Parts: sequence; C-alpha cells; structure tokens
Amino acid sequence: MLRTEIELAEESFLTDDFLRQLINVGEVDILVGLPTHNNAKTIGSIVHTIQSGILRGFPRERAVIINADGGSRDGTPELVTGVSIDDVRPSSNLYALRTLHSISTKYASSPESGIAFRTILAAAELLRAKACVLMSPESANIEPEWLSKLLGPIYRDGLDLVTPTYRRHKFEGLLITNLLYPMTRALYGLRIREAYAPEFGFSGRLGSQFLGQNIWNDGTGEAGVELRFTLAAIAGKYRICQSFLGEKIHVERHAADLVPVLRQTVGALFSALEPDFPVWSVVAGSQPAPTTGADQEVLLEPLRVNRKRLREMFSTGVAELESVFQSILSPTTVAELQRIALMGEEDFHYPAELWVKTVYEFAASYQKSVISRDHIIQALAPLFRGRVVTFLMENRNASAGGVENNIEALCLEFERLKPYLLELWEFRE
Amino acid sequence: MREMIISELSQALQEIARGFAHYLPRLIVMLILAAVGWVIAFVAKVVLRSILRLVKFDKLSENAGASQLLSKAALPSATEILSRFVFWVAWLGFILLGVSVLGILGLQEQVARFFLFLPRLFVAMFILFFGLLAASFFSRAALLAAVNANVPSPRVLSLALRSIIIVFVLSIVFEELGLAEQTMLVAFGIAFGAMMLGLAIAFGMGGRDLARRFLEKKIVRGKKEENEDELSPL
Repeated sequence: MLRTEIELAEESFLTDDFLRQLINVGEVDILVGLPTHNNAKTIGSIVHTIQSGILRGFPRERAVIINADGGSRDGTPELVTGVSIDDVRPSSNLYALRTLHSISTKYASSPESGIAFRTILAAAELLRAKACVLMSPESANIEPEWLSKLLGPIYRDGLDLVTPTYRRHKFEGLLITNLLYPMTRALYGLRIREAYAPEFGFSGRLGSQFLGQNIWNDGTGEAGVELRFTLAAIAGKYRICQSFLGEKIHVERHAADLVPVLRQTVGALFSALEPDFPVWSVVAGSQPAPTTGADQEVLLEPLRVNRKRLREMFSTGVAELESVFQSILSPTTVAELQRIALMGEEDFHYPAELWVKTVYEFAASYQKSVISRDHIIQALAPLFRGRVVTFLMENRNASAGGVENNIEALCLEFERLKPYLLELWEFRE
Repeated sequence: MREMIISELSQALQEIARGFAHYLPRLIVMLILAAVGWVIAFVAKVVLRSILRLVKFDKLSENAGASQLLSKAALPSATEILSRFVFWVAWLGFILLGVSVLGILGLQEQVARFFLFLPRLFVAMFILFFGLLAASFFSRAALLAAVNANVPSPRVLSLALRSIIIVFVLSIVFEELGLAEQTMLVAFGIAFGAMMLGLAIAFGMGGRDLARRFLEKKIVRGKKEENEDELSPL
C-alpha cells in the first residue's frame, strides 16, 4: 500500500500537499467531487446539503468531499473545508458513524473542467472509492436526496453510471433535445437523456478505467469531458441507469454563450466518434436505459422568446457563411439551407430530415478536418438557431406529451438516417 | 605571303583544337552533371509529390485559399506546382554546377549568386504559403465570430482582415527576395494606410446609419433582447 502511494506521488499530477491530505483520509466508500471556481455565494449551502445527503443516505460509510478548485479568488476552497458537519446535525438530527472529510486542492489558476474532473478521478482511484458522485456548484436547488439517487444504484446495486433526468421547461435544454440526446441515442444505441450532465454518479472502476484513457494527453479531453465519460461508459458496456432528480434550477439563469457550449458538448461528441467508430458503426436502433423515478417531466408555462431575432441570425449566418458551409456541407444541403433562409417568419421551417443531415455532415467534416475543427463547431451555431426556431414553432401550443412525441420523432429521424452518416464517414474525401 | 597565311591558319586551327580538347572533358562533365541532375531532380519530384499527397498538402493549400487562386489562374494543383518547382530548381542547380565546371570567367560568380539566392527563395515561398494559410484562417475566424456575435457586415470585416494580412505577407516576401525593397516598403505603407483610411471613411460615411442602429441596439435595447432570448441550450 505504502509503495503504491509513493509511486503515485512520484508519477501523479496531483500536488504533494493534496496527496498528503488524501493519504491522511485513507480508503473511502463514498466520494463526492465538487469542482469549483468563485462559487462562494452558493458553495456553503451546497456543502451543507451534500453533508446532509451523506448523513441521511450513507451514515455508516466512509465518505469524503473532494473540492477541485480552479483558482477561486473569493475564498471558495476555505468555505468548502470550513463547513462543519456539526452545522448539519442539529437541524436534521442526523449522526454520522464515521468522520466526514472535506479536502480541497487548487489544480490550476483558471477553471478547466477536464482537469478538475481528472483530479477528482485520480483522488477516487487513490482512495479506492467504491461509489463517486460529481456535484455541480451551480445547482441552486440541490436536495440531500440527490446523493442517494445518484449514489445508491452504484453503491448498493453495483451499477457503474447514474445519469440524472430533470423536470424542465419544454424550451430549456434545446441543444440536448435537438442534438445531443437524439444523436447519442442513434449512434450509441442507448437512450440516455442527459449524457452531458452537471451531476452524475459513477463507480470507482469506471472512474479508473476512464482515468487510464488517452484523452487526457491528446488535447481532446479538456472540454466536455463529462460527455466523453458517459460515452465511454456506453461504449465500454458498463451498467448504466438514469435517476429522476426533480427540477433543475441554475444559480444564474442567463442564456449561456452558445459557441462555448457547442465546443463543450457537440465538439466532445464529434471528437468521440472517431475512436468509438468500431462501437457505434455496428449499433442499430436504440434501447431504453433503466430509469428510477419519472422518465422526464416537462413544464409548460408560457415563455417569451424572440423568435424573429433567432431566425434573422440563422438567415444572416447562412448568407454570410456560404463559403464555410461549402467546405463542410454537401451542395444539396447548402442549397436547401439557402432556400429556407429566404422564407418568411411564419412559413419558416427547418425540417427534421435536413437538420439531421446537416448535423451528420458536420460530424463527418469534423472527422475529416476539412477546415479547422473549432471553426466547424462555430459554424453550427447559426444553423442550430434556425432549428430552435422550428422547434419553438412546432411546440408553441404543444402539451407535454406532444413535445415528447416531437422529440421522439426527431430521435427516430436520427436513427433512420444513421446509414447516411456511415456513408459519409467511410467514403468522403 | 601564302605560306605565312597558311602557317597562321594552321596555328589558329591548332589553338582551336587545343582549346576544344581542353574544354571537351569539361563539356562532357557538364553534360553528365546535367543528365545526372535530371535523374535526381526527377526522383526528387516523384518522392516529394508522393509525400505531399500522403500529407494531404492539397487540402492544406485549399484551406489556405491558395488552391482557389491556382484554379482561377488555370494552374495545376499546389502539390504539382511545388513538385515541378523542386524539379526545376534541382535540375537548374545541376546545370549551373556543370556550367561552373567549364570555368568561364564571370559565369561562376552568377552561379554562386544563384545558389546563395536559393535559401531566400525557399524562405519566401514558405512565408507566402503560411501567410496565405494564416490569412485564410484568421479571416474565417473573424467571419464566424462576427456572425455569431451578430455584428453587422461580417464579410466586410473578414475581407478587410484577410487583405491586411496578405498585404503584410507580400511585403515580407518581397523584402526576403530583395526585390525592390524600397518600393515595396513605400507601396506597403501607402496600401496599408489607404486601406485603413478607406475603412474609416466607409464606416464613418457609408455605415453611419448602420453604426447608429448597431449602437442603439447594443446600448438601448440590448438588455431587453437578451432577456427575451433566455433559452438555456443545456
């Protein structure tokens, strides 16, 4: 044991101080990973909730909270390590039978989700954690039960990955419903609703297997590593399930900048397709993933959205980026896009088939690197806005069931056109 | 008199014969060098062409925008041009080496200058190619960023950036080649200054309304529109 630790200390990218702290903790059953960067406003209550969740769900287990901090300047790490479990006990009347450790390490001076996750995985491997969970510091409504829901199936039932499902507004998570979910489902054959999740549970063995992959050194593992993790679990035929957590509320509800989000998600998905080709090329159709709780709940209250602006950005993009699209897309697809870009606001319709072909052609061009890969991802942004307009119009008055039916129809279109992607993949110059 | 003429003629003929005998081996050496050079240059061309095809140089050239320029000028692909260029430079090098063996005064100096010029020529070509590549990359990056930020006239912005980089690269290339350095410096200054002035006037006069609308949109209505677009992609 001591020898292994010394070897790890010599070879590891973890700091000596962090390694010392980990060695002091010893082996654990449960590990909670908490990547942070300037989250002082919320981190205190989140750590309280995590501690409460551990006390309620796993009072007999050896547990640790690992905070991987990306250079916070607001004292976030001190808040994580400073929260006492005694603050939780009086309110909830809960008692842990073991010491609950909270340790923090600064992995870099700026936030890098990939390095943060790698740090947590390395800590989990060193501590031989049986079940781990990654929690988001931005979840405004995290509940203690989330820990049991994400960790329970792993610790008690021997599963390897638990991804969440949420109660969402029908117009939230449009990149997930229009691209990530249908495409991962069609390609990898498993219906994982939130393949790119801010919080999820995983087994120590899955974490160790992923830690040993090449993606950390080839530059592809930095952005969207959470998605790569889910895809690696599917590709590796690990046991996966989904767990319904309830409503998801972010601390700040402003729309994230689309391009960085596309890099983290679509970029990560496209990057994974090349090494995973032997896996996804032989998959046909899709299977549902086992789910505890509700499959997916949809909120329907009215939401004000500037569709006109989105459509204008689509039309401008199609007109201005013609030369870029000619490098990425087939002439037929470019012509179709130009045709719909000229449509009026009420007639505007970006059909599912054209959207799927667009995405598949982007994926194939990404693999062939016809131009800079980052430029390919950026060029998708205006087209995604166009697809969003159609989705908003199609589901303007739709019920929860209607929205689900439309998403299902899109998923089936992705599955139906999968041979088109294979054709592009194998024969495109 | 007659004998004198015959004697002078025979002497001249002997000198020509001696001179020819003196130069003949050198001429043969030159021809051998030219022949060997052709073979080596041909092999170099074939090898280079294969390597360039293997590394997909034509794709790189397409990305740099060089392929479009070549096709507009009805020229072969970038791989073919570079292969042929190497062939001719290599063969010409051998021919000039052969010529220098002839020992013709004055010519040797020119040959030496040619060989000294070769590295500069290669550096200039290198700068030109990667300059075009950089121009293409950065102009496309600017175009994409402008489109995604909803900036007005993104293509003008991209084209302006591309032109500036190309003008800058060309001035470096000419300086490297040592061709009309002073003229190029002045021309670059004038072209660059004119471009900046043109852009300023174009934006100030032609884009006055556009700029006002843009600023109004950003400052006055920006917040409202942002709120209306509050759709989280994730």
